[in-house]
Amino acid sequence: MTYLPKPKLHHPSLQRNAVGFTRRDYEGAISTLCAGCGHDSISAAIIQACWELDVQPHRVAKISGIGCSSKTPTYFLSASHGFNAVHGRMPSVLTGANLANRELMYLGISGDGDSASIGIGQFVHAIRRGVDMVYIVENNGVYGLTKGQFSATADQGSKSKKGAINTDAPVDMVGMALQLGASFVARSFSGDKTQLVPILKAAMSHKGAAFVDVLSPCVAFNNHPGSTKSYDYIREHNHALCRMDFISPRDEITVEYPPGELREVRQHDGSVLRLRKLPESHDTGDRVAAMNYLHACQARGEIVTGLLYVDAEAADLHAHLDTVPAAFNTLGERELCPGSAALAKINASLR
Amino acid sequence: MKPIEATNDFVVKFANINGSGSASANELFAKCILRMGVPVSPRNIFPSNIQGLPTWYEVRVSEQGWLGRRGGYDLLVAMNPQTWDADVKGLAPGGYLFYDNSKPLPKSKFRDDITVIGVPLTDIANHTWDDPRQRQLFKNIMYLGALSVLLGIEREVVVALIGEQYKGKQALLEPNVHALDLGRGYAEKNLQPMGLKVERRDNVGDRVFVDGNSAAALGMVYGGATVCAWYPITPSSSLAEAFQKYCAKLRVDPETGKHRYAIVQAEDEIASIGIVTGAGWNGARAFTATSGPGISLMNEIIGLAYFAEIPVTIVDVQRGGPSTGMPTRTQQSDVAFCAHASHGDTNHVLLFPEDPHECFEFAAKALDLADRLQTPVFMLSDLDIGMNQRLCQPFAWDDARRYDRGKVLTTEQLEAGVPFGRYRDVDGDGIPYRTYPGTHPTRGGFFTRGTSKNADAKYSEKGEDYVENVQRLQRKLATAKALLPQPVLHRAPHAARHGAIYFGSTSPSMAEAIAKLDADGMHIDALRVCGYPFADPVREFIDAHDQVFVVEQNRDAQLRSLLIEQFEIDPARLVRILHFDGTPITARFIAKAIGERMGKAEVTPIRDDKVA
Repeated sequence: MTYLPKPKLHHPSLQRNAVGFTRRDYEGAISTLCAGCGHDSISAAIIQACWELDVQPHRVAKISGIGCSSKTPTYFLSASHGFNAVHGRMPSVLTGANLANRELMYLGISGDGDSASIGIGQFVHAIRRGVDMVYIVENNGVYGLTKGQFSATADQGSKSKKGAINTDAPVDMVGMALQLGASFVARSFSGDKTQLVPILKAAMSHKGAAFVDVLSPCVAFNNHPGSTKSYDYIREHNHALCRMDFISPRDEITVEYPPGELREVRQHDGSVLRLRKLPESHDTGDRVAAMNYLHACQARGEIVTGLLYVDAEAADLHAHLDTVPAAFNTLGERELCPGSAALAKINASLR
Repeated sequence: MKPIEATNDFVVKFANINGSGSASANELFAKCILRMGVPVSPRNIFPSNIQGLPTWYEVRVSEQGWLGRRGGYDLLVAMNPQTWDADVKGLAPGGYLFYDNSKPLPKSKFRDDITVIGVPLTDIANHTWDDPRQRQLFKNIMYLGALSVLLGIEREVVVALIGEQYKGKQALLEPNVHALDLGRGYAEKNLQPMGLKVERRDNVGDRVFVDGNSAAALGMVYGGATVCAWYPITPSSSLAEAFQKYCAKLRVDPETGKHRYAIVQAEDEIASIGIVTGAGWNGARAFTATSGPGISLMNEIIGLAYFAEIPVTIVDVQRGGPSTGMPTRTQQSDVAFCAHASHGDTNHVLLFPEDPHECFEFAAKALDLADRLQTPVFMLSDLDIGMNQRLCQPFAWDDARRYDRGKVLTTEQLEAGVPFGRYRDVDGDGIPYRTYPGTHPTRGGFFTRGTSKNADAKYSEKGEDYVENVQRLQRKLATAKALLPQPVLHRAPHAARHGAIYFGSTSPSMAEAIAKLDADGMHIDALRVCGYPFADPVREFIDAHDQVFVVEQNRDAQLRSLLIEQFEIDPARLVRILHFDGTPITARFIAKAIGERMGKAEVTPIRDDKVA
């Protein structure tokens, strides 16, 4: 980390996006995390994705729990409202916020301690309900802020910095998200920006519960030999399912590929996910196939990354509840209060 | 023993088996008496299960309008063999036992000092219907028929009510009326009139008969709640369910059929309060309904909402605690807990409705207060109010009333350059200004956190920032005192040295106890507190009396503790009057407890606390 404040002045030649912002307008306060922390790379990828997607920063709400990962919303999108809630409860707070105003984009930022241990119930139920959100788990397999205890995603047999061996079986949040009905499920690696940025853009354009597990090594407590969440280990075992290009609705599709070499998924908002080098056997629209693929890779000791599953036609919680299109926080007495005449009728029925 | 003779002043206890369909027949009985212009006050006494265990329904008939539980019963409708012995034992001497005499019972099962009235309900039902379920259900209506003859309840009144209940369902209406007439016919032919009578009066007026949970739910609809998150727990579940029911009628866009509400049955109470907190943060009116165990689980997020200053409305329908406690019994035992829910120095706004009318009013008010004060607001109801129908003033709503959304900066204000710092005390009342997310492209954004921060919402561990913030929160709670419903004073006909403070569901029994004490020449002034932190008149009331009885339904005198804490009053001046066995407090109990204390005070002219 650094003590130098970020300069407020931007270089005048910085490129602006369609809504008039430079990439720096999507930044936040300077990070207080350790130098080399994977989480900072994820923040950078979020900044890049939002800038490229022409997101209006103030139309994003970033909500987190507690832990190193949950601190990161301070480090991106400083013009957005943020909410650093309590440990493990981001999903419920985000659900409520989403119900109050369905027009914003909700970024749920969490970690493996926050989501796989204390908050696993809330993770499960927010996914089940299909809350329209991008749920990002910054997964390092360790409790960083409390100095290096194993988390529930640590692999069985992996070694802590102090030499202890983890004997508990790991929680696989990607497998859970698939099983629970998430309509967009991906895994990525903080060290692979070219993969992560398009995945985040696709997740942000997705309507429904999008879950992204990002392996994010902890340089202070989980980057040593014997760890299965270190930079070296992930690089050695990374099995990228496919390369994905995200093509926003306004982009013209120019490059032509020979048939069979790529598959395209068109999402609700018109964006296109172009999947290259996808194995013939895998269909990203098939939840069962995604689960099988995930487990097969796991059995081989590989860490599968990339977009595993997307349901482009998914419905979200608001659709399930059949709510009005207007944001609830804009409704007033006229829309909400039935008035005294209706009350007189109710009184009459109670006599 | 002379049989009891009473007109419009007695208690009937129905002893039934849970799941036997008795509830609707019993409710019909209570409503018939109301329709004859005589106030009644029924109470369900039920176990924590669905089918098979005993359940009781106690109806107090009181021409004078006393709605508290009286204690004791004069007529027992004994439909449950399992509880027969204890039920018969509890009947008042000179009382009446009504039972199904289809099977003969040994003499030892009865008492000499009561009047026994037998009707062969099972025999008649078995003769009339083939279907076992119908036999069971119509047995209930038959006893209603027989009782209507015995007590003098008009047939037309019962028939009209059955008609309203089965409006448009002719297939159900006719057999019900038939069952009623079978019961009536048997009673007219075979039974002697009894000493308990219902006579027509005009003492009900325009009051409504409703349970507190439905009333609170309706208050939430009127008050503009759009988000409800809850987890099923007795005795609060019917509140969320009533909200669903009212919303389906009153909150649907007439053109599109879309819903202007969202109800989430969450995975637990932690998620419920989290959802409500997220919605409140984002500018929607949101509430949860729960009971004590739910509040226990919610504590951490309640603290977050207090410290981060987020409007949250919580209805706690109290039951017997601690732990699982007595889930189907009533208490006022979450008062101190809610006042300070969560760790650290926290202090919350509480509202104490006395009946369903106030459940409606205070629910809508709670939403206003939560927005105005940007803090959690608790409405503390209890099982006695929440799950029993109670006669109360009709609901009222002024169409000119506007929701108080509190201090929220708009896009226009931010655009015009109104300075914004989330936790600055601009107006000196401790209440800062807030913005909803997404309001302005470059202004008004801030970071909400449960950690300490400075007045501009920036993370800060500086001692002076922390102290300034938590002292402002105290100022905010002081501001709340004047915004809450003010205490209600009942002055004795003669100058009184003694006072009594009470709240919530104790209200009807307290009123009756005061009348009783007055009649015995013991005069006390009484003050009903409706909210916490306590308003200044509460302090003045205590100061104006030598001794003040604090009447409450918990073991630890929790309201009294809060009074001592807030006003730093000599504890000896506040005398505990405590009832906590899970049944609703009675006037008899209060009058006896206070009477004994006052009797002692009469012979000891100096104050108790001055005695060595």
